[in-house]
Amino acid sequence: MKTLSADVLVIGGGPAGLSAALAAKQKGAKRVAILERNEELGGILQQCIHHGFGIHRFREELTGPEYAQRFIDELASSGIDVYLETMVLELTDKRVVYAINKDHGMLCFEAGAVVLAMGCRERTRGALRIPGHRPAGVMTAGAAQRFVNIEGYVPGQRVVILGSGDIGLIMARRFTLEGAAVEAVVEVLPYAAGLTRNVVQCLHDFDIPLHLSATVVEIHGRDRVEAVTIADVDAAWKPVPRTERTIPCDTLLLSVGLIPENELSVQAGIELDPITNGPLIDHTLMTSLPGVFACGNVLHVHDLVDFVSEEAETAGTNAAAWTDAQATQSRRIITVKAGESVRYVLPQYVSPEKTAKLYMRVTQPETNVTINIGGLFSLKQKSVRPSEMIQVKLTPKVLSRLDSDSLTVAVEREVENVG
Amino acid sequence: MVKQIQTDVVIIGGGVIGTLAARELSRYKLDVWLVEKDAEVGWGATKANSGIVHAGFHDKPGSEKAKYCVEGNALYPELCDELDVSFEQNGILMVARSPEEIPVLEQYRAQGQKNGVPGLRIVYQDELRELEPNLSASTTAALLAPTGGTVAPFELAAAAMENAVDNGVQLLAESPVEAIQREDDGFIVMTPNGNLKTRFIVNAAGLHSDTIARLFNDTSFTITPRKGEEYLFDKSIRVVNHTIFPVPNAVSKGILVIPTSEGNVMIGPTGDNVDARDDMTTTQDGFKRIFDSVHELVPSLSPSGIITQFAGVRAASDRGDFVIDYSPVSKQIVHLAGIESPGLTAAPAIALQCAALLKEAGLDLVPDPTFCGRRRPVVRFHRLPRTEQAALIEHNPSFGKIVCRCETVTEAEIVDAIQRGARTIDGVKFRVRAGAGRCQGGFCQPLVMQILSRELGIPLTAVTKRGGGSEQVLYQAKELVGRQTRENIIS
Ligand SMILES: Cc1cc2nc3c(=O)[nH]c(=O)nc-3n(C[C@H](O)[C@H](O)[C@H](O)COP(=O)(O)OP(=O)(O)OC[C@H]3O[C@@H](n4cnc5c(N)ncnc54)[C@H](O)[C@@H]3O)c2cc1C
Ligand SMILES: Cc1cc2nc3c(=O)[nH]c(=O)nc-3n(C[C@H](O)[C@H](O)[C@H](O)COP(=O)(O)OP(=O)(O)OC[C@H]3O[C@@H](n4cnc5c(N)ncnc54)[C@H](O)[C@@H]3O)c2cc1C
Repeated sequence: MKTLSADVLVIGGGPAGLSAALAAKQKGAKRVAILERNEELGGILQQCIHHGFGIHRFREELTGPEYAQRFIDELASSGIDVYLETMVLELTDKRVVYAINKDHGMLCFEAGAVVLAMGCRERTRGALRIPGHRPAGVMTAGAAQRFVNIEGYVPGQRVVILGSGDIGLIMARRFTLEGAAVEAVVEVLPYAAGLTRNVVQCLHDFDIPLHLSATVVEIHGRDRVEAVTIADVDAAWKPVPRTERTIPCDTLLLSVGLIPENELSVQAGIELDPITNGPLIDHTLMTSLPGVFACGNVLHVHDLVDFVSEEAETAGTNAAAWTDAQATQSRRIITVKAGESVRYVLPQYVSPEKTAKLYMRVTQPETNVTINIGGLFSLKQKSVRPSEMIQVKLTPKVLSRLDSDSLTVAVEREVENVG
Repeated sequence: MVKQIQTDVVIIGGGVIGTLAARELSRYKLDVWLVEKDAEVGWGATKANSGIVHAGFHDKPGSEKAKYCVEGNALYPELCDELDVSFEQNGILMVARSPEEIPVLEQYRAQGQKNGVPGLRIVYQDELRELEPNLSASTTAALLAPTGGTVAPFELAAAAMENAVDNGVQLLAESPVEAIQREDDGFIVMTPNGNLKTRFIVNAAGLHSDTIARLFNDTSFTITPRKGEEYLFDKSIRVVNHTIFPVPNAVSKGILVIPTSEGNVMIGPTGDNVDARDDMTTTQDGFKRIFDSVHELVPSLSPSGIITQFAGVRAASDRGDFVIDYSPVSKQIVHLAGIESPGLTAAPAIALQCAALLKEAGLDLVPDPTFCGRRRPVVRFHRLPRTEQAALIEHNPSFGKIVCRCETVTEAEIVDAIQRGARTIDGVKFRVRAGAGRCQGGFCQPLVMQILSRELGIPLTAVTKRGGGSEQVLYQAKELVGRQTRENIIS
């Protein structure tokens, strides 16, 4: 077993890992290394061959691989060590990382600081408990995306997509362009879960029917999918009797949510937030394990990669600056809480002396609301949607007005006339 | 395609019953063929059950079920050691949910003792809490059966088949038996892939064993399909140490909480008579019944931890017991039929009885000195210490490539599974657990498919989930472009 050391060790070479490593190096960390289990860097972006990446950061519409390449090019001359086809098996609470690689065998890294950038995975059928048979032809939208865009295979020719998350919407268009018929996109919520632009560009432009407040209640076909039965749901997501209709198809794609991939974090004893499924963090994006930072989809699921890169730069910068001495410093901490109609806010902890950026999502789409930031100030919003992340900057100056150890973020509506 | 083979014994059906019978017969100098309709063995009731090695206190003294269950249980530790199969003797607790049920525990203890179950005793309050801290507070006592265990049932059937084949048994897969013809001194067993002329037949066709019997005009028993649904939790959820049973009701052993031999918790099964023998569907109603019942035992279990579900169908005979006997039509036909629960447990003992029945009917059992009952050990990478993992990668670099990240399964293990007989995505999954974890193959399935395609020398579009008709990707990129528009014009 080889033992190596790094000042900043980045786990995962997707957009988050790339930006974190580059930022750490720029801020003066000497030895920076990225461990990536795939054969190439870029993470999930490598299979996202559609346009729409980098609008905020580069003011251009790039494809996923193009966006990733900008960072990979920068990396080439940076002196960062990249270990590909290297899977991290374990992170210990002493920041020792075990990873394996075909050629180098078992590697053991002793790290100054660690950045978690493992991304997320898709929710699967089991988690939804869709009744019926278990035939071939049921797969996650991301797996289908990989088959079509990387392997060069089209899973089937009549497709139903459950869930209107972005990957599902993108795949509805992709399958259509491949000559398959997308019979329906079925969404349990009363509104589309993905970005509005994807609903327009991927469904409306191709006349693909979107069934809202509906779900798949049964899968038919013993060996291969033959049809699915869908039904309307009530407000509690329970199928409404006698609204069932059966749609013949050979493929069912699931785009029903992403789950941050935190197996390594849990194993290391890092505390997770039950809502985001990502680590609890402070304003430096440090987790409950001192010296371990998190960014990108492993922290919370992002819709735009531009913000992943930005967040990761913060994590990389702070990882480079981190020393063991900091672990023992005591400071005043303000707890940030999600209030009325806010699904979550990150970071969960901020420091009164430091600038922090809050990332938050609302629980439901609304128009003309105000977001109250702990009584310190409020933001007027024309429209808010769960799929669109809201960002707010908190400065020490503003925070100095807070006379409590916690701060609640809440959505407020114009007062209704209750008759 | 086999034309016409001459053999001593044909075993029809490769469930745990057929495969263990095959392995038992491979101890002797015999020509044995096992004929299975599916692409691989073990896909009937054997892959979709609770995986419990019962202790043997549930069944009535004097029944075939009680006898073979207790005998089979005793054979498990050594069998699983020889075949290198996951098996845990974690013990069974049958729990009283109210003080009124305590006398019932006494009855089952007495029944178990009659059946010859060792070590049965009743545990109360404090000891019960210590054994199972997560049990509902309303549970006051339990019958503890220390010989109860859990096994990976599919792994057992696959391992038994592999060991049987290593000892000379021939496997004819994807070959449903469609007709059986009587000959002077035996039978011709007919399949679409060729016919086998044989002196003896072992009918281990599970749900279809009565259909097989009808092929030689034997109407001595009838099978009724009875479905059971099961729900599996994420490995991070560990709520019980023993397998937890409620006190049974009139029709079934009830809904259980099972810590599987592979480290998950599973709940189930239901027991519903169904019309179709291949009804492996799960239902909303089944889920509800299971969950409501389990909630009484372990209140902390929440549906959000469920990662997958499945259903299996029991082959219940109209005799209300196993049918382990000669066919009334001929002593050269042995039925191992109607093997519902506790059939998995009973299987090793039934295999011995199968050999004994064949011997009595005139089959010469001459021990084969080359027989080796020990299967080549399986490497389970994720269970090894880091230093051993490091040594493995050095020896074979494909241990350095993790394919299934949830269960930490390496490429080397998948290739090995294929060399041992896996032909399909499910075959790989059941053997080495690639795709059996929390992401259910979302990440690794394309990789597993590539390895199957490469190792078997077949295109990706021919890789199936579980045999012909279950291909997972149907077309090459661009194959559909143009075709669809034509269809649109027609419609
Ligand atoms: C289908 C799809 C469509 C999208 N469309 C858009 C879009 O149009 N516009 C847009 O801006 N954004 C889009 N996004 C979002 C954006 O791509 C993601 O937010 C971004 O890729 C997240 O980056 P990440 O680095 O956190 O995760 P990932 O890209 O998932 O990278 C994580 C990396 O970590 C590696 N890893 C994980 N565990 C280990 C381990 N144990 N050892 C070693 N390596 C490990 C993985 O292999 C992977 O390379 C889309 C995302 C998807 C999935
Ligand atoms: C939900 C459930 C839970 C259970 N739990 C337990 C438990 O916890 N403990 C326990 O001991 N037992 C349990 N059982 C019972 C146990 O699973 C069965 O007793 C056992 O698997 C029976 O094995 P088998 O080989 O007879 O049947 P099967 O596994 O069904 O095998 C029969 C085989 O015959 C093949 N076949 C059928 N027709 C033909 C044909 N015409 N030609 C060729 N091949 C054919 C089939 O494809 C199949 O592979 C459970 C059963 C169910 C359904």
